[in-house]
Amino acid sequence: MVLSVRDLAVTRGGLAILEGVSFDLSPGEALVLRGPNGVGKTTLLRSVAGLQPPETGTVTGAEDQIAYAAHSDGLKAMLSVTENLKFWASVFGLSDIEPALVAFDLTDLRNRMAGTLSAGQKRRLGLARLMVTGRPIWILDEPTVSLDVTSVALFADAVRMHLKGGGSALMATHIDLGLTEARVLDLTPFKAAPRTRQMDEAFL
Amino acid sequence: MKALLTRDLMLAIRAGGGFGLGLSFFLIVTVLVPFGVGPQTELLSRIAPGVLWIGALLACLLSLDRIFALDWEDGSLDLLATAPLPMEGIVSVKALAHWITTGLPLVLAAPVLGVLLSLPIPAYQWVVISLAVGTPALSVIGTFGAALTVGIKRGGLLMSLLVLPLYVPTLIFGAEVARRGAEGLTVQAPLLLLAGISFGVIALLPFASAAVLRINLR
Repeated sequence: MVLSVRDLAVTRGGLAILEGVSFDLSPGEALVLRGPNGVGKTTLLRSVAGLQPPETGTVTGAEDQIAYAAHSDGLKAMLSVTENLKFWASVFGLSDIEPALVAFDLTDLRNRMAGTLSAGQKRRLGLARLMVTGRPIWILDEPTVSLDVTSVALFADAVRMHLKGGGSALMATHIDLGLTEARVLDLTPFKAAPRTRQMDEAFL
Repeated sequence: MKALLTRDLMLAIRAGGGFGLGLSFFLIVTVLVPFGVGPQTELLSRIAPGVLWIGALLACLLSLDRIFALDWEDGSLDLLATAPLPMEGIVSVKALAHWITTGLPLVLAAPVLGVLLSLPIPAYQWVVISLAVGTPALSVIGTFGAALTVGIKRGGLLMSLLVLPLYVPTLIFGAEVARRGAEGLTVQAPLLLLAGISFGVIALLPFASAAVLRINLR
């Protein structure tokens, strides 16, 4: 399923920040979004994920196809690594979490409470969650925060495996993942001209 | 959805989950009221149904802001919103989990604590029945309030102000069932109205909660 974004404009806090963004993401492809802080990478990803309606433009092919990983990992401190993953797997109607544990080197930590993990380990668990969703399009917002070089390599391998399996990935990141096949889209040229959003819907 | 319910129940029971929060508050209220009122059994037994109902209502209120706030803070609410669960299902499951961890223990504890308030014998069954019928409404209305204020820092105060007036009809009819039951009068009318409120909010409010949650997540 091709994810296609056409002429997207997004707002943050009522201010237009990006406009005219268009791209396609076919199965097996990875697209890396770049741009300085505040350019609207997170807002764009949230719009694609359907969490925030775009001001104008359309996103097609995302419905029920995407797995979203935000800045925060959505882990419960009082649940163990296995319980956290099992929960997300069953929410998405799957049950096998072993490949995810192996891919992110979490097998030794499987019975630890998520609250006792280090920041990097939590991040790995948060990313392992993507693998148990079974969704073809991964949307990743700064996936490598607090990961060391080895873990970044683990993550890059997981993404590569996902792409090989017919999936695709859309990510905002600053560091080089070593994914040579990934296309890069710089968002700086799409910065919106300063204007305020029309308050046509008041609180909605 | 079953997974979400089990997770919420598991989280509530584990350390820091707040399972006993409402129950212990209820206990404190019913233990302290007799001390405050003084040793007048007749007066106590007259106000007992109302005190039990107010105690239960405030105990429910106490744990409401945790319904969505915790999931909001750690980001799992965003992730749940992109999961294949319908938002209406998520809020219904959340309300159900709140009722199981807060409302149900209150229903079960009420007859035990009624002894402390020298609740008249014929009132016991009606207190339990009215709480069993009424507390689901408290949880569902409270979930709506929690959805409205999710993402607001210290939203608990605003939520209490929003939710309290919505709780009034439930309180009036619930306490009326218990009071009339205590006096041996017929309870049919207030009980039917109480059940009507409960079923009404269970049927309608999840849609409203889901809608405001979607807006708040933007």
